[in-house]
Amino acid sequence: MEHYLIAMAVTAGIYAIMALGMNVIWGMAGLINLGLVGFFAVGAYTSALLTLKFGWPIAGGVIAAMIVSSLVGVIVALVTVNLKGDYLAIVTLGFAETMRIVMSNEIWLANGTDGLSGIPGPMRQQLGPHGFNLLFLGIVAVATLILFVLNERLAHSPFGRALRGIRDDEQVVQVAGKNVTRLKVKAFAFGSAALGLAGALYGHFTSYIAPDLFEPLLTLYVILALLAGGLGNNKGAVLGAVAVVFFLESTRFIMPLLPFVSAVQGAALRQMLIAAALLVILRFYTQGLIPEKIQQPALPDALQAKLQANKAEIDDVKA
Amino acid sequence: MHVVQLILNGLMAGTILALPAIGLTLIFAVLRFTNFALASLMTVGAYAGLVANISFGLPVYASLLAAFVVAGLVGWLCDEFVLKPFRASGFITTAIGSIALTIALENVVRFVFENQMRGYKLPLRRDLVLAGLRVDPQQLDNLAVAVLVVLVLTAFLMTTRAGKAMRAVADNPSLASIKGIDVDMVARIVSFVAMGIAGIGGMLVGLDTTVDPLVGYKTILSVFAAAVVGGLGSIPGAIVGALVVGVGEELSLLVLSPAYRTAVGFIAIFLVLTLRPRGILGARAY
Repeated sequence: MEHYLIAMAVTAGIYAIMALGMNVIWGMAGLINLGLVGFFAVGAYTSALLTLKFGWPIAGGVIAAMIVSSLVGVIVALVTVNLKGDYLAIVTLGFAETMRIVMSNEIWLANGTDGLSGIPGPMRQQLGPHGFNLLFLGIVAVATLILFVLNERLAHSPFGRALRGIRDDEQVVQVAGKNVTRLKVKAFAFGSAALGLAGALYGHFTSYIAPDLFEPLLTLYVILALLAGGLGNNKGAVLGAVAVVFFLESTRFIMPLLPFVSAVQGAALRQMLIAAALLVILRFYTQGLIPEKIQQPALPDALQAKLQANKAEIDDVKA
Repeated sequence: MHVVQLILNGLMAGTILALPAIGLTLIFAVLRFTNFALASLMTVGAYAGLVANISFGLPVYASLLAAFVVAGLVGWLCDEFVLKPFRASGFITTAIGSIALTIALENVVRFVFENQMRGYKLPLRRDLVLAGLRVDPQQLDNLAVAVLVVLVLTAFLMTTRAGKAMRAVADNPSLASIKGIDVDMVARIVSFVAMGIAGIGGMLVGLDTTVDPLVGYKTILSVFAAAVVGGLGSIPGAIVGALVVGVGEELSLLVLSPAYRTAVGFIAIFLVLTLRPRGILGARAY
């Protein structure tokens, strides 16, 4: 059981990393990216291939995975920079599917649908399964923490403010003289690097990846995590990821209680529950567990008092 | 000759693709959002037809009607109770909501019918050979069904009151509303008709291949490609787009492995959005 809990904690950490990455692209910049799992796959395959076939050290593979995912993110962002809303959703969704098709068919590169197995993990042999899981939990926790701090800094920097500006009104940001395209591309580059990191860590942890693992449902899980925690809010992203993994895993324990459903039906029921949870959150709890705080610029006291007075006056007129 | 055969196959596949693409484009034109739930409603239609055909022993053409009605009803109910509240909170919420909905519906189907592939009860027929070209008679039937659906839909949109109201709302929702058109009612009719047509499309795909819970999901990228290539919101565009994507997918076999067929749709979306974002016949894209 302890073994299982540690493995779940690692999964939660990997989800948290993805949620933090998505928070920059979607939460801050307001760009929809339904191809999340595609970037995750790029990261996983890059690191796995480099360490397996070229004998790179794991750290090198992980860094390369972040760079490659980031570059792919830049390309996707550049191509879709003029697309709005629905079109961006379709293109990013198609991107992830195309990635999966490529992984399934380029057998020389990615071993097709059989996937890659025997991906090395740090000190897997020396530590034994238990020690390895604990070590990996430490690595994932540190990575999540670093990313969290980076994200927090980003959110409070002028760059983060500009991104939120794009989310709320792109035109205003443009009028203010910001290069919107560049900001969007940067947001995608940063977020995709985090997604790639999550993919690479996942591969090194489970030692096996295959195209089937990278299904669109994973994108939905991370979206669910972000929405549950509160979009645009880094604490919420981490908390949401933990909540989603907890929820996903707890549905696993419900199934044995229903002896009349088959394995396929059980899996279907789980996915139904997850989709229903997402629909309920989308409909009724759009703010999430921790709503994003609207930051007010610091004003001198005199100005603050004047604003208050004005507001009171407006309220009077309204009444 | 090989190329001509591929083009012919592509046109056949394209006509089937045209139906769900029309459904998607209809919803986009009137309700202004892309409904990803279309994938699962194709599946619902395919299974409704399957139940009518296998369990109730109805002939295939009567079963197509069942596919239309069931997919239409489910589509309307889902729109009314699930998607409609999302539309007020913007396209991202609606897009994600419709994806969640499609996964939920697909798994309802999986829960009931499980994963195995199924087929309709069809008479075995020999391929027709004409001037060295091979055609499966079932494909000809499918073509006839698709053409018939398009004709009926066109007549509906052009002559009936509900059809005209739909076009008015697509054109300018606030003006239509001022003129006394019940916009909510139009939304219901659109959801029913569009998803019903998608359901027929799903069953035609099933007739062409086999039916399993992923039948809609496997086609959805091509459907989106068809609608985007033709121009989202334009019905003639959806037909032209579907034919282009159908032929493109078949012709890709000349240079790519068959596994990349679905990627062709994505490439088509990509090309159109970079070169001519409003599509072949569309009016606006962004």
